[in-house]
Amino acid sequence: MKTASMIRNSDHDFLTRVKESEQDKFAQKAIASAQDAQWVKREGARQELGNWEDWRNLGEQIRQHVVRYLPDYLEEFSDNVEKNGGHVFFAQTDVEARDFIVELAKKKQAKHVMKSKSMVTTEIGIDKALLEIPGLDLLETDLAEFILQEDDWDEPTHLVFPAIHKNRDQVREVFIKKLGYEGDNDPQHLARFARKVLRERFLKNDFCITGCNFAIADNGWINLDTNEGNADLCMAIPKTQVVVMGMERLVPTLKEAETMDNMLARSAVGQKITTYCTFTNRKTADETDGPEDFYVVILDNGRSNALGTDFEPILQCIRCASCLNVCPIYRHIGGHGYGSIYPGPVGSVLSPVLEGNYDDFADLPYACSVCAACSATCPVKIPLHKLLVKHREIMMDDLHQSQLIEDAVMRVVGLGTGHPSLFRPALGVAHTGTSVIAKKNPQNVKNLYEDGKHLSWMPFVFGGWTKERDFPDPPAHKDGFRKWYKTHKPVEADPKVAAHTAQRQQEIKAEKAKRGEAQHD
Amino acid sequence: MKVVIFSTCVVDMLFPNVAKAMVEVLERFGCETYMPMKQICCAQPTFNSGYVKESRHTMHNEIDALMGVDADYIVGPAGSCVNMLKELPFHLKDEPDYQAKAKQMADKTYEFSQFVYRVLGIKNAGAELDAVGTYHRSCHMTRLLGERTSPFVLLDNVKDLKMEPLPHIENCCGFGGMFSMKEPEISKQMVNEKVDDVLSTGASVLISCDPACLMNIGGRLNRRGEKITIMHLAEVLNHNVDMSRVTFVDSKEGALV
Repeated sequence: MKTASMIRNSDHDFLTRVKESEQDKFAQKAIASAQDAQWVKREGARQELGNWEDWRNLGEQIRQHVVRYLPDYLEEFSDNVEKNGGHVFFAQTDVEARDFIVELAKKKQAKHVMKSKSMVTTEIGIDKALLEIPGLDLLETDLAEFILQEDDWDEPTHLVFPAIHKNRDQVREVFIKKLGYEGDNDPQHLARFARKVLRERFLKNDFCITGCNFAIADNGWINLDTNEGNADLCMAIPKTQVVVMGMERLVPTLKEAETMDNMLARSAVGQKITTYCTFTNRKTADETDGPEDFYVVILDNGRSNALGTDFEPILQCIRCASCLNVCPIYRHIGGHGYGSIYPGPVGSVLSPVLEGNYDDFADLPYACSVCAACSATCPVKIPLHKLLVKHREIMMDDLHQSQLIEDAVMRVVGLGTGHPSLFRPALGVAHTGTSVIAKKNPQNVKNLYEDGKHLSWMPFVFGGWTKERDFPDPPAHKDGFRKWYKTHKPVEADPKVAAHTAQRQQEIKAEKAKRGEAQHD
Repeated sequence: MKVVIFSTCVVDMLFPNVAKAMVEVLERFGCETYMPMKQICCAQPTFNSGYVKESRHTMHNEIDALMGVDADYIVGPAGSCVNMLKELPFHLKDEPDYQAKAKQMADKTYEFSQFVYRVLGIKNAGAELDAVGTYHRSCHMTRLLGERTSPFVLLDNVKDLKMEPLPHIENCCGFGGMFSMKEPEISKQMVNEKVDDVLSTGASVLISCDPACLMNIGGRLNRRGEKITIMHLAEVLNHNVDMSRVTFVDSKEGALV
């Protein structure tokens, strides 16, 4: 499998990107408040369903089922697209997909091309390729993507709020500079202005490219969810439509599409359903609008790397971005910090899978505190935090990609924590070693440093800790818990509580026995 | 009832008072405690860092040590480490013998607050602490172990302790084991936000059921020069105890295990 090459969107290394993100105080604040607001909206929208965990189980089942029988559903979908008079092109790589669309645009003599939001088209780098065709103009129609395009193709930072990092003043500046805008920074005025520019362009549109939220196998339709109607406007006028989709974005029937749309909107934007929820295919004889030439490009580009591996669940993803909206790392480093067009927890899992190696994205699996907020929010139950640990396992155990000292330290930790005979003396050694570098004062936090000392500097990888925090000085062996336990006289039990505890134990035993019997029935 | 103390490596090495408090509370409530000296660590540090092969010995050792005593329960003072013990059957799926043993172990392992509230059925542990407190809800204990209730019930019943809700309680403190060392810049931003949230409550005591989170937040608080007391829940429940204050879970609430 050839590796995906367009998903990396920054030349800077990870640490530089993190520092850049930290300096961008506006973006940090914007993301934090967006996360907080989204939390309330999302949880509210989910609670309306009353049984969100049941919905998650259903969502997981639907997506797992599709991934398991992917070849069958791909065949069924593509047969039905052809039956409806459309065409399907299977692209194994980003280059194949891009070349196909560029050739098609040339063949159709496309002049005015419009796009409705699609991560996959960013993945294949279609924009720049199309702009190389002489006389062709291209416009992004999602308001946020439109802003980014006008801002010299600034990189998106979020899957569903691509321009989350920009404030109204920045947007106004872009509009003044590039489009001759003369108004103030009121978001309504800005949006109205953008709409005017876009509406005029929609009428000239002769070739459109859209994404696809779900492709419906049993009728060959595609399903698009938007809040601006831009996808509908994109598709209504031009003769040719190209749909670009990742090969996993299938559902068996309309019924499952309805379920997934419901979960997608609630997870992504905290709405019951998006303002526009469109089902479409090639124009039929009795319809007045819609494309006569309908093409679907189905992209692999590294997705099949996940099939049959521990990473297969990442193909369940429906790009709702709720994992970004709860991730504490994303909260602080923003989308640009990840250096991939797929940011956040899902991007940290997906990017190395698509790439097929760890050349560009080795840092991402470590940009995670394993807090599992992502896994807990995922509407289709992808165990994201576990998959990130899996990436680490492959890098450390299988590929030995660790730095030398850190590797040695962790292997010593592995050895020490696996053998009691090595751990016991280590308890004493640790104290002897650290008492030399322990600071007596100033000590501010009570209780944490029981012997009144803390460490402000530690060697090796542990230095990362003391760079920002003080570390407790390990107590001497004589003050340790083990020593205490060996000599302590058990606290006398309170008779009343002990009697209650004993009775409760009997009750629990009886309850467990009953449950055990029930299981045998 | 017989209870094995799962001391965890962090508590064993750095916070003896947490384990002592836990032992004293449990004994006061009628538990016979056992501390297997062979135990070391649940294997989480190496496992989560990707050193999965290296972590096998650690897992085996911990299972052998904790299951070496024929006890009714295993109780630990750290939600995250207790959750790791619960996950060991999955991590050892290729080793049937150890997996079976790990399954038995997981079934009888509880985090300290869970054990007091859900197993012992105690609502008010009889403690008293004249302070304003706030509670840091650790990620693993809440999301992976699924324990969202026990600590709050027990803290709400501590005499004279006024609890203030912690803003952004759902956000990670930025520890994450190796994460805090490998990505100190991001971790610092996370713990700083947590520290700001803790200070905004006006609490004089920060309480948690995860010593590693306390070590992280406390370490940053200390570096920033903030005066605050940090306590594990076991230390709070062991503070100025008067057993006449103890109340039990209403029998109508049923078995909570």
